[in-house]
Amino acid sequence: RTLRAGKLTERVLKLFIATGKDEVFSLIQALNIQVTVTPVLPTRALRPDLTSFMNEWRTIFSRFHLIIVKDPDLKEELKIPEGFNLDVYKKPDIDRVVGTSTSTIFSGYSCRYFGYLVSRKKYIISVDDDCYPAKDNKGILVDAVAQHITNLTTPATPFFFNTLYDPFTEGADFVRGYPFSLRSGVQCALSCGLWLNLADYDAPTQALKPEERNSRYVDAVLTVPARTLMPISGINIAFNREVIGPALLPSLRLGGEGKFRWETMEDIWSGMCVKVVCDHLGLGVKTGMPYVWRNDRGDAIASLRKEWEGVKLMEEVVPFFQSVRLSREATTTEDCVAEVANVVKEQLGTKDPMFARAAKAMLDWVKLWKSVGSSTSSPGA
Amino acid sequence: MNEPATAIEAAVAASPLHQLKDELDIVIPTIRNLDFLEMWRPFLQPYHLIIVQDGDPSKTIKVPNGFDYELYNRNDINRILGPKASCISFKDSACRCFGYMVSKKKYIFTIDDDCFVAKDPSSKAINALEQHIKNLLSPSTPFFFNTLYDPFAEGADFVRGYPFSLREGVSTAVSHGLWLNIPDYDAPTQLVKPLERNTRFVDAVLTIPKGTLFPMCGMNLAFDRQLIGPAMYFGLMGEGQPIGRYDDMWAGWCIKVICDHLGLGVKTGLPYIYHSKASNPFVNLRKEYKGIYWQEDIIPFFQQVALPKDCTTVQKCYIELAKQVKEKLGKIDPYFDKLADAMVTWIQAWDGLNPTSASFSNGKTG
Repeated sequence: RTLRAGKLTERVLKLFIATGKDEVFSLIQALNIQVTVTPVLPTRALRPDLTSFMNEWRTIFSRFHLIIVKDPDLKEELKIPEGFNLDVYKKPDIDRVVGTSTSTIFSGYSCRYFGYLVSRKKYIISVDDDCYPAKDNKGILVDAVAQHITNLTTPATPFFFNTLYDPFTEGADFVRGYPFSLRSGVQCALSCGLWLNLADYDAPTQALKPEERNSRYVDAVLTVPARTLMPISGINIAFNREVIGPALLPSLRLGGEGKFRWETMEDIWSGMCVKVVCDHLGLGVKTGMPYVWRNDRGDAIASLRKEWEGVKLMEEVVPFFQSVRLSREATTTEDCVAEVANVVKEQLGTKDPMFARAAKAMLDWVKLWKSVGSSTSSPGA
Repeated sequence: MNEPATAIEAAVAASPLHQLKDELDIVIPTIRNLDFLEMWRPFLQPYHLIIVQDGDPSKTIKVPNGFDYELYNRNDINRILGPKASCISFKDSACRCFGYMVSKKKYIFTIDDDCFVAKDPSSKAINALEQHIKNLLSPSTPFFFNTLYDPFAEGADFVRGYPFSLREGVSTAVSHGLWLNIPDYDAPTQLVKPLERNTRFVDAVLTIPKGTLFPMCGMNLAFDRQLIGPAMYFGLMGEGQPIGRYDDMWAGWCIKVICDHLGLGVKTGLPYIYHSKASNPFVNLRKEYKGIYWQEDIIPFFQQVALPKDCTTVQKCYIELAKQVKEKLGKIDPYFDKLADAMVTWIQAWDGLNPTSASFSNGKTG
């Protein structure tokens, strides 16, 4: 039944693992998966050239201060159009701030964490450079920044599910049966947006359905319930840096981590930590709008090999985070992160050196945050 | 989308393939009339109806021609259940759960008589039953949240980071639909916002995560009777009771705790129906008044309920729940003592009417 729906389950996945690249093609044909054909946008976004990215976002971004962090491994010069209020950080800047030995943690997609570290603003909105503004169901351009800010500045409701989704949005409210004592909600620390066109699937899923694109615009924001975990993608997120800053961290790096989202798990790992910390501190995490339009990039099949590691990892990572319980004494975000790191070291560190390295990276990050990032960190709400 | 669909629009949208025709009953409580069924005819006529007539049994409720149905009024309920009829509410739509008990089918769809066919954003009439069936026949994913909502929907899937071992999902026991136009607000909210209408069509179905409770509305609901039926008791409401409008809420908290315990899924979201009638908020306030205070204790109770491992069937879970209701909520008000007793009576009545399936074990996906 799952196969007819074209869904990739564990059984099918094991078949993929057993095959090499060429055999995957014939496997897809043999499985005769129904594939929907939708128009695919041509993309020519060369990483160093941010011109089209920034011009597309100009009307939305130009009011704000931008921090652009260049992947230290990227050799070419960045091309950035005029007319923005921005700071650009490149390898020499990163080296200067954190030291040359530490700057390696910021390679690849993890370069974004450097931006989080040096920002001094209360809210951060972070979007991958292969995403453009999306249009909603009425054809109107979505101001992703405004929606993220709305999400972060209205309460979250993690302790009881509201069937009409976000009760604080226009035209909605709490439904019958929602306890009144829970209606003030809690502070929202993280806002997770979504993606039209190229959804954030893993490589095996996208490889199985190369033509599938996300065209469903779901007009909702909802709070992820307390103690419920989810994969928090780093492609389109926003957070309250003052409250939760230290918990977004570069720590888990796959052995074969690459330059496409399909080849990373760093954001998923970071997201698990953030959710556990938020649950412990009584902070909210929202998911849903805003949508961004994610451009086609990369080849899922080519990325398949690299992502096995990440895929297998989640089998350990998820049950682990579901079982983590923080102590009463952990009342600040930094303390919570340090506690999680120690539990990672004890329980996962022995299973795979990658986890031991991740735990150490988390503790280093807390120190780094305290020395470089800190001017505004405060205990969780 | 701001008006209900007409009968013609529904006819246009109806497909010739009516799934689960012989495996599903539609339970409708009514005290007024069943005129609303005319609008639903193209979608619902192939299915068998169980009408539960509330209020004066001497009144005749006319069922539109062409529908295959059985109808029960209070006299029938008393005759069939004898003294156990005390667990079935009177003068409250909670009486609908009698319909669940007498049904012999695997699936139930229940709908209120002021709910009409809604239209989607493209103005197409929505076949709510078809969507409920889709929801019930595809797996749920309660153990890890999928940010793209229902991964089994057309055009969607599990996102990066979703563990493969959790992608089979579990059996879906309940499909909770939503409402356009008059939203299901409580009386205080209705009083503050009498003109608010729900015009937001959210194109998603999602599984309510394990460990999370929700307010279940009985207006537009479907469930697998074999997986969860005995837990769908709608409590003691209406005449002679201190509370009303908490029947579906009560059932929702019970079924969620039991589904979480047995590894079954509960979905919410699509389908939408068009809810046309706003009940009188002052009348509602009087009915809900105690509930608004009691729910502050009831919710923590359900959030902390732990069912022992040896509760492997729905009935065993429910009896255990009744015991804990008596122990822990009895001190709030003697009503909860009565309710706990009624919960036990309900199970006895259920087992009496459904002897071969006297114990439903939890269903796992095959």
